[in-house]
Amino acid sequence: MVHYQARLDATFAALADVTRRGVLEQLGGSDASITDLAEKFDMTLTGMKKHISILEQAGLVTTEKIGRVRTCKLGRRRLEEEAAWIERHRQLWSARFDALDELVEHLKRKEKANAQRKRK
Amino acid sequence: MPNEKESSSAAMNRTVVERKSDRELVVTRTFDAPVHIVFEAWSKPELFRLWWVPKSAGMSLISCDMDIRTGGTYRLEFRHPAFDQPMAFFGTYREVTPNKRIVWTNEESDDGAMTTVTFEEHAGKTLVTFHELYPTTAALEEALAGSAEGLPEQFAQLDELLADRS
Repeated sequence: MVHYQARLDATFAALADVTRRGVLEQLGGSDASITDLAEKFDMTLTGMKKHISILEQAGLVTTEKIGRVRTCKLGRRRLEEEAAWIERHRQLWSARFDALDELVEHLKRKEKANAQRKRK
Repeated sequence: MPNEKESSSAAMNRTVVERKSDRELVVTRTFDAPVHIVFEAWSKPELFRLWWVPKSAGMSLISCDMDIRTGGTYRLEFRHPAFDQPMAFFGTYREVTPNKRIVWTNEESDDGAMTTVTFEEHAGKTLVTFHELYPTTAALEEALAGSAEGLPEQFAQLDELLADRS
């Protein structure tokens, strides 16, 4: 669970930035070198390297160095991401509905008690 | 990981989440109570706010305005310590039919989903179906990718669950 949460954490941190979402969109079209991406997003090579490294740690992007060029491509996380999204929804709704369940039980008991009082 | 939850008593009533199609998400759960009680818990703001944000670590509901009737509007504001600004969720009730259905829009973004909740009573138990319909596949994909923005809420729920289990 802790591992799972740490992984989600990395994914969400990676996705929380508009440039990094742009990079993913770019790479969805075609692979690109860090130099290409830095140019496209009008930023320094160092800045882009930082973004790529965060995406890489989250498993959203993989990179490969051929000669002097580091090429970036989308990682194999899309399906996993979807599974994670569904799982987060399940956890959110389980927590919510468990709380609703408790409340409903409470209201039910209250209604029963009221009905008995009236009958007396 | 889902198994840990199964052993708890709450797991008797399973919450099921499914992606029904490219544009739909469906959550179902059965409650052991007649429909009027479940509907009341959902449609009275003072009750709704007791469960919509499960007594969570960190996340708090700072305001909850709900004018539950067809054509009425709602606005929920949450605060999380990780964010300076509160997050607002708002929209319009398209249909409110007591003990049957509530339909509302999610207007935080142009691509917000249309949400329908239905309540069906069978032998004293109530099946609740929560259905989100996104305007386009892209919008659902966006929600999927962009759910980083809904992060504090989700994490608060996770914290809550983790705290419950330990």
